[in-house]
Amino acid sequence: MHSKINIILAGVGGQGILTIAAILDTAALDNNLHIKQSEVHGMSQRGGAVQSHVRISDQPIFSDLIPQGKADIIISVEPMELLRYLPFLKKDGYLITDSNPFENISNYPELETIYDEIKSHKNHILIDAMKIAKDLGNSKATNIVLLGAASSLIPLSDESFQKAIATLFERKGERIVAKNLEAYLKGKEIAAEIVS
Amino acid sequence: MKKLLLGNEALAQGAIDAGLSGVYAYPGTPSTEITEYIQKSKIAQELNIHSSWSVNEKTAMEAALGMSYAGKKSMVVMKHVGLNVAADVFMNMSVSGINGGLVVVVADDPSMHSSQNEQDSRYYGKFAMIPMLEPSNQQECYNITKYAFELSEKLGIPVLIRLVTRLSHSRAGVVTGDRIAQNRVHLPKISTQFQLIPMHARGRYQHLVDIQPDMLEISENSAFNKFHQETNKTIGIIASGIAYNYLMENFEEGNCPYPVLKISQYPLPKEPIKELFDTCKKILVLEDGYPFIEEAISDFLGENRKVIGRLSGDIPRVGELNPDNIANALGFDIVINDKLPKVVMGRPPQLCVGCGHNDLFNAINALKKETENQQVFGDIGCSALGVLSPYESINTLIEMGSSITMAKGASDAGIHPAIAVIGDSTFTHSGMTGLLDAIIEKTPITIIISDNSAIAMTGAQDSAASGRLISICKGLGIEDDHLKIITPLHKNLQENIDIIREEINYKGVSVVISQRPCVQLPKEKKDKLKEYTNVSIN
Repeated sequence: MHSKINIILAGVGGQGILTIAAILDTAALDNNLHIKQSEVHGMSQRGGAVQSHVRISDQPIFSDLIPQGKADIIISVEPMELLRYLPFLKKDGYLITDSNPFENISNYPELETIYDEIKSHKNHILIDAMKIAKDLGNSKATNIVLLGAASSLIPLSDESFQKAIATLFERKGERIVAKNLEAYLKGKEIAAEIVS
Repeated sequence: MKKLLLGNEALAQGAIDAGLSGVYAYPGTPSTEITEYIQKSKIAQELNIHSSWSVNEKTAMEAALGMSYAGKKSMVVMKHVGLNVAADVFMNMSVSGINGGLVVVVADDPSMHSSQNEQDSRYYGKFAMIPMLEPSNQQECYNITKYAFELSEKLGIPVLIRLVTRLSHSRAGVVTGDRIAQNRVHLPKISTQFQLIPMHARGRYQHLVDIQPDMLEISENSAFNKFHQETNKTIGIIASGIAYNYLMENFEEGNCPYPVLKISQYPLPKEPIKELFDTCKKILVLEDGYPFIEEAISDFLGENRKVIGRLSGDIPRVGELNPDNIANALGFDIVINDKLPKVVMGRPPQLCVGCGHNDLFNAINALKKETENQQVFGDIGCSALGVLSPYESINTLIEMGSSITMAKGASDAGIHPAIAVIGDSTFTHSGMTGLLDAIIEKTPITIIISDNSAIAMTGAQDSAASGRLISICKGLGIEDDHLKIITPLHKNLQENIDIIREEINYKGVSVVISQRPCVQLPKEKKDKLKEYTNVSIN
């Protein structure tokens, strides 16, 4: 296990990257680890590009921002947004993204060119997380599927992740908790197939 | 127990635990969550801490001063440009001084993530000659706020806390401490203290000047300013606030080999800076925002430059700091890579799907085609997104309230049609006085209040304008015949164009209220708003 990890979460304002951040935070706090997690509030939340830097370590963390070339993983809920943060990715770092574009701009590029760029990186997990979530009967859980897909690369136990998901969705009732746990496990399972 | 808090939230908890009795604020990124945290806090509710939004930063600061006059501890919170609005009371309450502890919190926005400039509030603190605190991390946000109230009461003057976006909006574990009791009501001991007629003000100002050495001494002994003595004197580093973290990020376990002076309290401590000057070959200043410290300690002509930073070009003059631009300044071998794959397009913010501003801009753009000279003066808030594609409806965007008054000035110069577009909350914040100017002179402008009944851009907080726009406009003197209400929906497009055109052709002031609730509002709020709408003008 690593003693520290730097994760960038990416997406478009309103796509729910802060839920992924909150689960990571909760799980890390539960393990008495140090956390710094920056997020975007304000103007960009209105349909613009948003990102969150999540840093977890067993040592004190100084910077709220991840330096360039120091991110272990970028998790994105949108394929073009994934590529926006490439300068932060470590050599051999992991790219994990949903394959569905969010096209709210007129010059959105050809989707295949985005996929080609993603595939040119050795370590990538490009999945239709939205479809997986829908098939499980919870289209809102796309982000949780992606978290599941990333989970084995993050030095937090499976148990901590599941506990954090249960804690976070507790107020929404048992059914929603179960649905999200299912999404998490499915993401984990699919990523294991891809990586192996 | 550690709580995971945003810098803003840690500061708010620190204020509650310092014995706060009231927070006064107008929402503004990146400061908004401070007040929202207190609004949602159970303990704050039990303690009856005032936390409702104010109409603008000036009214907020004046109310905070009133609470302080009555002996209780108060706080006023705003974004950097909000301090411009409150500058009158800010500059004068440092002269009057305070009674109950008063803390001014200003969140600056280097890199302009959600702002129109990156002004540095430390200049205001210096201008007002009051102590300033600049936390470097979330735990310090908590600790410094508790200390700020103590310092304010000790010196009898307001204290400024300066935050920056990255600290406001980043979370970390924070350990909280005991809660100090709130003050009871007690009036100022000196009856003339708050009476700033010249004969009293001169004495108060002299007092402010006289206590400057005390402030310096406190700052030089402050636990928030730390001097790390190290052996490698090739460079000495001054790092203020969050810059300290970015600096330390560049060294394994924060083991920086150079002497470092971390500054989180002002006035600038002289002793350690002098020591750096005497012992180090060069001084690198790291500060987020303007080169405030660098300017203060550099030689005027820069001919014997020993101090480097933003002014010398070693750090970019504009934009926020990060670990990478500091690594560059330290001479580390890193390449800042801002080249992205060609397939990555910009994704600017935009109006939400179904937003009423959208339908209003469609009407304005249709009218633009009818005349060559139409100028549209915009204002702060979500409606400012009308500047961008696909609308490009708005010609100007400067600051809160400027739409109406700029339209007036342009009209005075001969521009017609001159249209102002302003949100409902921006109108009550700073638009009403400008409307009165136009009414007094019967200036031929058309003011469209795009009323979504929320302070939308910052998270759909309650707008002071809700249910009050008609009576405000009528009260200021708008004629009934030239106060119109439209509903911005696609099906009403032609009707709305016709109404606005008719008012443009009127040779006096017209107000068109374009009314549809913000799509971000919860259903209960929208239902409640229906009581306000459907109100006839007569």
